[in-house]
Parts: sequence; structure tokens; C-alpha cells
Amino acid sequence: MEKQVKLLQGNEACVEGAVMAGVRFFGGYPITPSTEIAEGMARRLPLLGGRFMQMEDEIASMASIIGASCAGAKSMTATSGPGFSLMQENLGYAYITETPCVIVNVQRGGPSTGLPTKVSQADTMQAGFGTHGDYRAIALAPSGVEEILYQTIEAVNLSEMYRTPVVLLLDEVTAHMREKVMIPSPEDVDVKQRRKPTVPPDWYKHFEISPTGVSPMAAFGDGYRFNITGLTHDQVGFPTAVSSEIVAMLDKLRDKIVKNAEDICDYELTEMDDDPKVAIVSYGIVARAAKQAVMMARDQRLKVGAVRPKTIWPLAVNRLRKLLKPVRKLIVAELNQGQLINMIKHHVDRRHTEIIPLQRYDGELITPAQILNKIKEVKHHGTQV
Amino acid sequence: MELKSDVIHQYLRPKKKFPHVWCSGCGLGVILGSMIRSIHSLDIPKDDVVVCSGIGCSSRLPVYVDFNTLHTTHGRAIAFATGVKVAKPRLKVIVVTGDGDCLAIGGNHFIHACRRNIDITVILANNWIYGMTGGQFSPTTPTEKFGSTAPYGNIEQPFNPCDLAISAGASYVARSTVYHVDQLDKMITGALNKRGFSVVEVLSNCHTYFGRLNKEGDPVTMLNYFKKHALPVQAWDKVPEEKRAGKFVTGLLHDVEKDEYCDNYEKLVERLQAKMESK
Ligand SMILES: Cc1ncc(C[n+]2csc(CCOP(=O)(O)OP(=O)(O)O)c2C)c(N)n1
Ligand code: SF4
Repeated sequence: MEKQVKLLQGNEACVEGAVMAGVRFFGGYPITPSTEIAEGMARRLPLLGGRFMQMEDEIASMASIIGASCAGAKSMTATSGPGFSLMQENLGYAYITETPCVIVNVQRGGPSTGLPTKVSQADTMQAGFGTHGDYRAIALAPSGVEEILYQTIEAVNLSEMYRTPVVLLLDEVTAHMREKVMIPSPEDVDVKQRRKPTVPPDWYKHFEISPTGVSPMAAFGDGYRFNITGLTHDQVGFPTAVSSEIVAMLDKLRDKIVKNAEDICDYELTEMDDDPKVAIVSYGIVARAAKQAVMMARDQRLKVGAVRPKTIWPLAVNRLRKLLKPVRKLIVAELNQGQLINMIKHHVDRRHTEIIPLQRYDGELITPAQILNKIKEVKHHGTQV
Repeated sequence: MELKSDVIHQYLRPKKKFPHVWCSGCGLGVILGSMIRSIHSLDIPKDDVVVCSGIGCSSRLPVYVDFNTLHTTHGRAIAFATGVKVAKPRLKVIVVTGDGDCLAIGGNHFIHACRRNIDITVILANNWIYGMTGGQFSPTTPTEKFGSTAPYGNIEQPFNPCDLAISAGASYVARSTVYHVDQLDKMITGALNKRGFSVVEVLSNCHTYFGRLNKEGDPVTMLNYFKKHALPVQAWDKVPEEKRAGKFVTGLLHDVEKDEYCDNYEKLVERLQAKMESK
């Protein structure tokens, strides 16, 4: 089949990606600005023999997709701020039970009901640390409609490969804007499946500590008859209070993400080849403005670059440090009061690199002109950079 | 004749570290036995049974039995079970839950599952109290009874779980107690056999908290209470209102045929696929 070109809204691209990645169960509850994803799944899934369920709330939505995944289905939900908050307890259950599933959070202004129809990136931290306890999250952050399609596929793939929930962090603008999308033909899409056990049922351990750090996963009805619990458990899946087993379980949740961070996380670089001393870090919709600002700055012979993490949890820290080594002044632009900036501060050598915030949280976008102004302001201060 | 306990042993987890977490004399063990006998009597393969639960003493039950078991978060078992069932409708999905788990924190999921009439069996262990957290009053604690958070007596009105299930749309609703074991086996077997949402409310003794806080004593005293105050539905329907006072009705209270959720979804898919083929 040939590649198809379509004009799609971000939320529609997410539906296309989900279907291509093999999602066949969706449980959700309507909320602006994510509703088009539920509507799209309600249309598409029954045609493919899949199942769409409108649940009674987001708590149930999250529960249903975990249940479906335990039964072997690739599953997904989509929501926004208030719904994402309601999902947190069961999201934690997905982390501790290592159950693959995808949660799309189309960010809007908060806290609480906040700004339902306005753009925001104020759930950046929540996407990584929203539920209680120790765990490591994966959260992807596309910045355009076509990328939403590909990152939805990637989110499903990562959830299957690492047996973990994956958050796809969109925002009101990317979710609702329309762009040209090249829809790949199915044979060009790399679709991953969770590893199934090969051992006989008697030997099966649902949470086995394996060399890859990820346990094979049987589904209910496959003949394995195992226990899944949200209590801290041993490798077989029974509740435990033994120190060594507690630590082993928590280390496993951490290590499978941390040790693979450099594989999971990817960056898009703009004009970073000539070692600019001023750069912008931003993600999602803001990174588009940053890219534009860099182009405008270069036209004015200002040496500036931009780094965009495509995955904000986890960051590939080693690569980030290397990338930012020549940078003396780093602008961190985001649609909140400063969340990404704290992660960046944590990883960058601040004796060497000054970190400068550019924040907007009035429900409007940061414009390229705003970023360009910041670049000029930064350039005029202090040393020749 | 096979001993009741022999059957049970065939279904307990060989690898599970016993002893269990329950107080000795707790009614929950009787419910575990009854559930196993009912599954056994229907010859349902272990591999096809999924037992889900929330959090509570009652919700610990799945961990001990040799099926596919999903011990979830407090109140949410029915929502998890819904995902399991819809993703793999051939599985026999059972939810074991408590009065707090099912009717307080999980009340919304319960009524919506009734409304959908999805083919899941709920075994609701009603001990009128929050056992696991130490005896706080629950949505079924009778007015004036004591709980650790109702030290002067409960001023709230309790739910009647069976009435709630019937009015919310469940297709099979029954009540029994841990004293009336033969009836309980029958009710659970009937529920498992029903295509649709089925609820069996089982009155169960939590002597450790409800019994102690209300001076209603040890397991035997509490079982005697169930024995004396249960009125089978056949008798209940005949006696005048005054004779029902202080008693509760047991047996099969509601059994109707209606469309089941997974069947309806399957029909929808078939209809859409036929339409696509004819295009
Ligand atoms: C979200 C959440 N809130 C509160 C609790 C604490 N909690 C655990 S069990 C329980 C009550 C259980 O009562 P019930 O469902 O009646 O079961 P029983 O222990 O009586 O069998 C509560 C409140 C919890 N685990 N999770
Ligand atoms: S606290 Fe009550 S419900 Fe819990 S095990 Fe003990 S007797 Fe049973």
C-alpha cells in the first residue's frame, strides 16, 4: 500500500497511531481537550473487532485498561488534567504490576478545572511523579500532528517492551491543530509485542527478575494462573514483607527504565552543530516556537541552537550533558511556572552553564518573537557569547 | 461422598505461603469454600476463571485460590474486571468484594456494572463494617450500631445492597449468609450460571470488630444471629409486614433475562463487519 496523505487534527492522528500499533481496547471518559480521541476510538475499534468503552469515570477508565491488558489486549485511555489526576492511583497500580498500557494526557491549564480550552504544560512533573511511591515513568512529548501519530505507536511499543504504563503528553494546541500527515502503510510500521513466557506454567513467575530487567508476561486465560497484586510482591506475585524482596521489586521498577534511558529518550536538535553558546531547551508545542526563533536568530547572524527532548521522562542524561557542554546560557522555555527547568538544573553543570527561564502560563503560547527577544537579551548580557 | 474440604484443597494455591491473614472463625473462609464448590460443581476449568478483588479482608480471598487472580485497588475491582471481561469474553469473571469496597468507594462502579448488565459475578461479603482498617462503620452498618468511627452509634442509614443492585439493573440478585452454606452454594452456583450481571450478598461475621464493638460476641453467637433472623424469600413473601421486623430476606431475590453487554458488543461488531463486506 502507498503512503496516504491526510489533513488530521492531533487527536485524530493519535487515534490513527493507536490503531496501527494494535490498540484494541480503549476505556475512557470525555474531557476537553482530549474528547476527539475517545470519539475516534469509538468509531474505529468496533470496525476492527476491538472494544471501546465509555466508563463511568477516569478511575474506572484506568482500571479497565489495566484489566484488558492483563487479559492480553493492547489498551489505551485518553484524558486531560482533572481526569489524569483521578487516574493516578490506578496508574500506580499499573507501575507496580508492570502492566503495559498507554495514557494520553492532553494538557490544559490547571490546577483543578483550570483552563479547559487553553494550552499548558503544567502537568510535566505529574507525568513523571503523579502517583505515590517510588517508580520511574516514561512520558513522550510530541510537538506536531505527524509526530503524534508516530509517538503514539512508540508509546504502545515502549509499554509492551518495558511492561510499563506509558504517558503520551500532548497539549491543547497540538491536539486540536490540523496538519498534513503522511500515514505510513502498515508494513512500514514496526509494531512490538510483549514477550510471552516460554516456560511451563509451574515455572512461570509473573515478575521474574530476568537478565533484560523485563519479565515475560502471560495473559489471563493462557493457562498460567498467576496472581497480580498492588501490594509489594515477590517474583511469583504474592504479597511480601521480606526486605530483600521489597528492595528487589522496587529496584526492578527503577532499573528497567533508568538503565534504558539512553535508548528510550531521543532529542531533536536544531543548529547545534557549530557549538552555539546560547541554546533553548523546550518540548512539545513550545519547541516549535523555539525552532522558529532559532531560524530567525540565525538569519540575524546570532549563533543559537535548540534542543528538544522528545521524551521528557526519562531524559537521556548523558547525552543531554554532552549536548549542552558548549552552552553557556541555556533558556528553558515552557508553559508553566517552571517544571522542566528543575529537571534541567538537576542535570546540567551550573558553574558552567547559566540557566534562564522563559515561562508563560496565561493559557497562550510562547511566540517565536518572545523567544527571539529572550535570546537577544541573553546575548547582550555579560561575556561575548 | 467427597468431603467439602477435599474439593477446596484441589483449588488452593500450592505455592502460596499459608497461613492466611484472616482471624480464626471469620466468615470469609466459608465464602471461599462456597465459591470453590460452586465453580467445581459447574466444571469450569481453572484456567478460564478470573477472580478480581479490591482491598479489604474479603478482598484478600483471590490470593489463596488457584485461578487467574487480580487483587486491585480499593473499590475498583469491578472496573478492572470489566476490562478483563470485555477484552476476553470467554473468561468467567468473578469479583469478591466487601461492603466498604463495593458500596462506599466502589459504589459508582457497582451501579454502572449493574446497569450495563455485563456478565460478571459479584460476591459481596457484607460484614457491616470495615474489617481490614479496624472496625469503622460502613455503608451497610445499621443505624445505631457502633463502629470505631461511630463511637456514639451510627447516625446514618444503611444501603440494602440487593435492592440497590436490582434497581440499578442487575439480572440475578441473591442473598445468603455464612451460616446457610447449602443455600449459599446454590446462590453462587446460580450466579455463575447466569449470563449477565449477578450479585450474591453474603452476610458474614466480623466478630473481631463488628461483634466486639457491638457486644454481639464470638463467631458462634453471630452465626446464630444469622440463623435466627434469616427468612427465606418464599416465607418472606407470605408473612405480614410486622413479622418481617428485625429479619432479613434470603435466597434468590431477582432473576430476569435481559441483554448482556458483551453479547451486545459482539452483535454490534458483526453488524458493522457485515456492512463492510456488503460494500
Ligand atoms: C484509596 C484507599 N482508601 C482507603 C484504604 C484503606 N482501606 C483498606 S480496606 C478498607 C475497608 C475495607 O472494608 P470492606 O470493603 O468492608 O472489607 P472488609 O475488610 O470488611 O472485608 C479501607 C478503608 C485503601 N486501601 N485505599
Ligand atoms: S477483621 Fe473481621 S473481617 Fe477481617 S478477618 Fe478478622 S473477623 Fe474477618
